[in-house]
Amino acid sequence: MVDRIADPWGPRTPYGPGERWPVRVDTFLADGHTEADVQRWVPSASILHSNGDAMDIAVADDRIVGVRGRSGDRVNHGRVDPKDLYGWQANHSPDRLRRPLVREGDRLVETDWDTAMGRIVARSRELLDGPGGWGHFGFYTSGQLFLEEYYTLSVIGKAGLGTPHMDGNTRLCTATAAAALKASFGTDGQPGSYTDVDHCDAIALWGHNVAETQTVLWMRMLDRRRGPNPPAMLAVDPRATPVAREADVHLALRNGTNQALLNGLLREVIHRGWYDEAYVEAHTLGFEELCQVVEDYPVAKVAEICDLRAADIERAAELLGRSERLLSTVLQGFYQSNQATAASCQVNNLHLIRGMLGRPGAGLYQMNGQPTAQNNRECGADGDLPGLRNWANEEHIAELARLWNVEVDRIPHWAPPTHAMQIFRYAEQGSIKLLWISATNPAVSLPDLARIRRILANPELFVVVQDLFLTETAELADVVLPAATWGEKTGTFTSVDRTVHISDKAVEPPGEARPDLDIFLDYARRMDFRDSDGNPLITWTGPEEVFEAWKECSRGRPCDYTAITYDKLRTGGIQWPCTDEHPDGTERLYTDGVFNTDPDYCESYGHDLATGAELLPEEYRAKQPGGRAFLHAAAYQPSPEVPSGEFPLLLTTGRTVYQFHTRTKTGRAAQLVHAAPESWVELNPADAEPLGVGEGDLVRIESPRGVVRARARICGVRRGVVFLPFHYGYWDAADGAAPGEGRHDRAANELTITAWDPVSKQPIFKVAAVRVVKEADSGGRPSPAPTVGGSAPPEGSGIPATVGGPAAEAPSRGE
Amino acid sequence: MHLAHYLGLLHKAQERLGDAFTEVGKAHADEPDVFHTCEKLATQCRGHAEKLAPFARRYAEEAPAEPDRLHSELFSGTRTGPIGLLRDLQDLYLMAAECDICWTVVGQAAYGARDEDLLGVVKACEQETSIQLKWLRTRMKQAAPQALVVAG
Repeated sequence: MVDRIADPWGPRTPYGPGERWPVRVDTFLADGHTEADVQRWVPSASILHSNGDAMDIAVADDRIVGVRGRSGDRVNHGRVDPKDLYGWQANHSPDRLRRPLVREGDRLVETDWDTAMGRIVARSRELLDGPGGWGHFGFYTSGQLFLEEYYTLSVIGKAGLGTPHMDGNTRLCTATAAAALKASFGTDGQPGSYTDVDHCDAIALWGHNVAETQTVLWMRMLDRRRGPNPPAMLAVDPRATPVAREADVHLALRNGTNQALLNGLLREVIHRGWYDEAYVEAHTLGFEELCQVVEDYPVAKVAEICDLRAADIERAAELLGRSERLLSTVLQGFYQSNQATAASCQVNNLHLIRGMLGRPGAGLYQMNGQPTAQNNRECGADGDLPGLRNWANEEHIAELARLWNVEVDRIPHWAPPTHAMQIFRYAEQGSIKLLWISATNPAVSLPDLARIRRILANPELFVVVQDLFLTETAELADVVLPAATWGEKTGTFTSVDRTVHISDKAVEPPGEARPDLDIFLDYARRMDFRDSDGNPLITWTGPEEVFEAWKECSRGRPCDYTAITYDKLRTGGIQWPCTDEHPDGTERLYTDGVFNTDPDYCESYGHDLATGAELLPEEYRAKQPGGRAFLHAAAYQPSPEVPSGEFPLLLTTGRTVYQFHTRTKTGRAAQLVHAAPESWVELNPADAEPLGVGEGDLVRIESPRGVVRARARICGVRRGVVFLPFHYGYWDAADGAAPGEGRHDRAANELTITAWDPVSKQPIFKVAAVRVVKEADSGGRPSPAPTVGGSAPPEGSGIPATVGGPAAEAPSRGE
Repeated sequence: MHLAHYLGLLHKAQERLGDAFTEVGKAHADEPDVFHTCEKLATQCRGHAEKLAPFARRYAEEAPAEPDRLHSELFSGTRTGPIGLLRDLQDLYLMAAECDICWTVVGQAAYGARDEDLLGVVKACEQETSIQLKWLRTRMKQAAPQALVVAG
């Protein structure tokens, strides 16, 4: 038995390069159940992060009683993340929404589905009537629905209502991954495979605390590190995360300077001849300009900008430059920071100039954070077009119009799709009048929350919220629709490395809660959307029909699903593209060095990285990419907000291994709550000391936008930087403050700045100027921060270790 | 040689564009992308003007009197609201277009004057001006349907 709270990564199963990762099956069954009690094992995968770990849901007496990792699945070889081991218990939480709610004055009251949907449809018809009616509708979706739900909503929005105002919280999460992949390689789609961990000789983690965000991927990396001929490891992160502690080289750079660091590293790699001239010549465009731009970033200058030691930068360059099979992963430390797309493109550049793509071990993951973010991008319930099509390519729009049998100009292709922050701005200005939010909680997760609450609470804005619980956002809604969740509905979703899994329905949802797909289909039926021949636009009745329709939409595109079936998925995950020629899927993209940059095929004609200015189709064609990848160069520019005398510290926000997003689920599973019950703030000893702040003291963190109170953990975050977890909102705050009333001093996003990357439009959560003021003494009580992960206190601190005890014990069984 | 007059025209146009970017950014600070990008581009314009200054001084020594009606007035303050934003960006677009064509004219003159240094400045700066125009077009395309058709 393993206490997976005390040890989130479980026992090691070391292996060497080129060997198969050993199987280790993790199981957790609650309430004293044993495997003998389980009546059904239902195939599924993780819904609490992006790794796509396959598992079976244990069912006894029509109730979920636990989960078990699938030993035969290519992604996890049986392992399960602690959030997944315990998080499913939230399904049974007594405060699940069971009936629809509608607003009566200042109260939400229970009602039936007819009344709730009737109100939405009445308001929709009223708004749609008249020129420009489409522009009154905004949809804010998620990274946690299923493929079938995204695709259905995408068709409703684009071919039914005809609105460009549809985006997902994926904008906060992986918009930069998509933008960087499109910019460098022509389309979205991860080049690498998780099996690259099995083969690599070096791993570089760029702003990616994988140990806490995708624990199973970290287990795979750790197992290589403990085996023979382990890969070298580089971590770029301002915090002393478990990854940073494990790495051979840790660059704890100043927040917001990623672009300067990468320019310096690329310059070193080029100067020292560690690039692949033949690959650059045959498969890339822009090398000369890249050389010119990075020339301005000698190591000494970069050391100054990033506040690093020159020798460490040189060691990092050597680790990268001398590797023969380099694996890189990129996440929020880049995506949610200054110059997000530009810096992420430089990681692509590193792999391109070193020819580190398309072969075992030479891999690149522009990571996702959420479990189904990839599907939102593929299906277009965010700012993308279904099938990774190009908004500016008229033939791509015409393909969709034929597929859906609607007029081309019903599909809103005349301007760039509206990104999330702009949708909220239109709502603020009053031109968006109906905002439909599904499976996400912007009242905690968007920047500058005081403003977001003001927008959502405006009586002129009709807000629909579709969720499992009465979240901080749902409390401000006009109509709340109770949704079914994982285990209560069927659908598919896709991991970072393009592995598609099915998640089957195991049990009935509580009360009158319905699958999100059924809710969207019901809306389409009631709105009576029609195609060009006057037939119903949407004729699907269940998930498998939608999946079959989606396959047609994906045909011939990079994310080709045409040879995948539900039955095939029930035997294990499959990587797209999966076609008649490649019926078992495709492990790696770009094995031949031919990229998706053909003008007729690419997903974007490109942007200027500094401003986001769109390039025109003819300019793109003139480059004659001919299947070559683009090396995009950019100078370093300081963040929009830098420390000042008044706000001398830099705030960064992030995650703990025990919680997911705004804790809607993980905050309702006892083991996870116990491990990370309350927010905290991390300070470097050198910053804490002059403020008179010690471990556990209550401090106030202030930015020009708001105030947060939390107890201090004195630990290994870099000097000058303050860290807050972004998970904590108000539904379970100690003083019971609800949105619109009481104190708002718990959520990290009270402090963050409303600013975003010019290309990916991803908000900048990692760079806000703040000051810290001590409010009260600890009274000897340590901070509630876990002792596991990035918030680990220094050794010998005497702070009691985070443990789960008997309630968290779970077997991990080797082969 | 009349090159000094066009250098003066471009110099002033760049300075005015820089100031206008700053003003428009501040007036529409509730549009954070407009605010931040305008700030960035204002700095860029001022940099252009600084790079031109020594050439303007040098050529002024050999220049006859300035011709009439050399400078144009393209900006007379900011507006508010979604249509105001669109219209302000359009002012910036016209001012950037003036700079854009001036770079072409000055670049041609630099060839004629066999002035490699000036040509270097033109080549570096005209690309940035061209990106400014593209950004303004991109942002206006995004704003136009909502401002003109949807907003009440």
